[in-house]
Amino acid sequence: MRQFLFFVKKEFYHLVRDRQTFFILLCLPLALILIFGFALTNEVKNSRIAVLDNSKDKATRAIIDQLEASRYFDILEYIPSNDKLEATFRSGKIKLAVVFPPNFNQELLHTNTATIQLIGDASDPNTSNALINYATAVIMDYQAGFRNAAEIPLRINTEIRMLYNPQLKGSYNFVPGVMAMVLMLVCAIMTSISIAREKEIGTMEVILVSPIVPMRLVFAKMVPYFLMSVVNIGSILLLSVYVLDVPIQGNLVLLILECMMFTIASLALGLLISSISNSQQVAMLLSVVVLFLPTAMLSGFMFPVENMPAVLRFISHAVPARWFYTTVINIMIKGLGFEYVWKETLILAVMTVFFLAVSILNFKTRLE
Amino acid sequence: MQAVEVNNIRKTFKAGKSVVTALHDISFGVDRGELFGLIGPDGAGKTTLFRILTTLMLAGSGTASVDGFDVVKDFKQIRKRVGYMPGRFSLYQDLTVQENLSFFATLFNTSIKENYDLIKDIYIQIEKFKKRKAGALSGGMKQKLALCCALIHKPSVLFLDEPTTGVDAVSRREFWELLHNLQKQTITILVSTPYMDEAGLCDRVALVQEGRILGIDTPEAITKQFDQVLWSARAENMFKLLTDLKAQQEVNSCFPFGQEHHVTFNGSEENARLVETRLNQLGHKSVRFEKINPGIEDCFMELMEQHKKS
Repeated sequence: MRQFLFFVKKEFYHLVRDRQTFFILLCLPLALILIFGFALTNEVKNSRIAVLDNSKDKATRAIIDQLEASRYFDILEYIPSNDKLEATFRSGKIKLAVVFPPNFNQELLHTNTATIQLIGDASDPNTSNALINYATAVIMDYQAGFRNAAEIPLRINTEIRMLYNPQLKGSYNFVPGVMAMVLMLVCAIMTSISIAREKEIGTMEVILVSPIVPMRLVFAKMVPYFLMSVVNIGSILLLSVYVLDVPIQGNLVLLILECMMFTIASLALGLLISSISNSQQVAMLLSVVVLFLPTAMLSGFMFPVENMPAVLRFISHAVPARWFYTTVINIMIKGLGFEYVWKETLILAVMTVFFLAVSILNFKTRLE
Repeated sequence: MQAVEVNNIRKTFKAGKSVVTALHDISFGVDRGELFGLIGPDGAGKTTLFRILTTLMLAGSGTASVDGFDVVKDFKQIRKRVGYMPGRFSLYQDLTVQENLSFFATLFNTSIKENYDLIKDIYIQIEKFKKRKAGALSGGMKQKLALCCALIHKPSVLFLDEPTTGVDAVSRREFWELLHNLQKQTITILVSTPYMDEAGLCDRVALVQEGRILGIDTPEAITKQFDQVLWSARAENMFKLLTDLKAQQEVNSCFPFGQEHHVTFNGSEENARLVETRLNQLGHKSVRFEKINPGIEDCFMELMEQHKKS
């Protein structure tokens, strides 16, 4: 035990004395949360639009006011005529144009139908789709108020409720994803690199020619990274609650325990990688290709697993982050209890045991 | 029972499609308390041999034992009682001198205090830097620290793989003095080195070349094996002298040795005079031939030549 504690102390020295890496690892969650929360967002806010009002009557005025009032749109300019429309789009200043035909109000009152043209810049299809939907919603809103007054006898209304994330915030989706990436990065990559470093500088040779079971030293390596991950889990949760307004709906203890579970799985993966790589570069490359990319791409965080081709969907089953991601979504966002995540937890546990077993069996007591 | 016994050890490596033999059925023994040197150029197979003896590698065929234990069957026993300092060993650069030493003490479940008297002579020299990071030590200091680390558990056999490579001449001499002191503590020491001048500091040396042992004996006996008369040759233009000497049919061998060339002649000593006059005719100035006593390096060169011919 005394031996183990000393080894842990030594690993702490390694970690803390490498100031730059230490700093990067601690700030990583902050950086990722900020990048995903504020820069890489596909939410639509304050989009610039243009209005071409050929009617200029009571109804168009009211709709334009409502558009302007919503936080999705900023009306950048009022275009005087159809010929200027194309030019404004070309300049790239606007993403959407709302075009009212002449005599809009009159037509609406007399024929009960009127048409508004929404023109989107579909060079970015997702954004333009979202904008068209928002604009339609605003117009429907206006129409609803209008109808209430007129009271038409028969009508069907669709009432939409977005469960768990009523505001359709992107952060609900990426907080669990960032958590998976940070834990993977800190645990798996750093563990594998630090073991590979011992091989590279030749200390592993001396450690092998000693009565110690090398596994004991390797496990000591995991302790500092585990603690560091716990700190990171804490900072991610704090950031998401207080900066991004993503509340923790479920049981906090359960959530933290699940995170620790995934941390151990990542550590085991790092160990596995280090057992097959002899230099820091190889360990780094393997970690990025085998761990980091699948974690980002195949966990369901960036692209929904259901939409993937069958082959990738099949591969995603082997990605621990996929199960972790589902677990965190269920607990943190949906507020579900353990009975809804036991399957994912069990899969992660089995994976962890498997990784540990393979790397222990694979650990060489000799150089070859 | 000898401290180290090596019987017909052969080791091959796969290099792409071809197979390289690193060790050709090597056999030798090292007595207890002996300071045994493996002398040979880079790539001779010294490191491979050390790795087999320290149980880090398995030999292709043959057997070996260290301190009476088989290197394959009883590798755990051997790991308890040998000290090993690998050639590329560079300690933990970010740990201090003291932390490095405590780490290796802990590795062997001992403490610095317990075996302090063994390393005292060496440690005293670096103790004033004990709070300094190992990465900030000079090459010679690093080697001393590494030696302390290899000694901290009081090993019975010590393997030092090229401990003086990349270390300045003064530190090298100091290092060898330390080894002689250690020998008094009945530790068997195997040391490998590419420097011929260090051979004379060992009790016995094995000359290794391309995975074969060319000769094995005390340094004195090895130099006595040299059965020819050795001459040193000097002239103003040393480079031209070398090529001209090699062109003479009376010259048996000729190697550049720092400031002079070492030459042996076929036949009687008169040939030396003959060649000397011929060199003067070729325009060499102040040609000087002198009889000298052969050193270990001359013997090594000689053995290498014989090895090439056979």
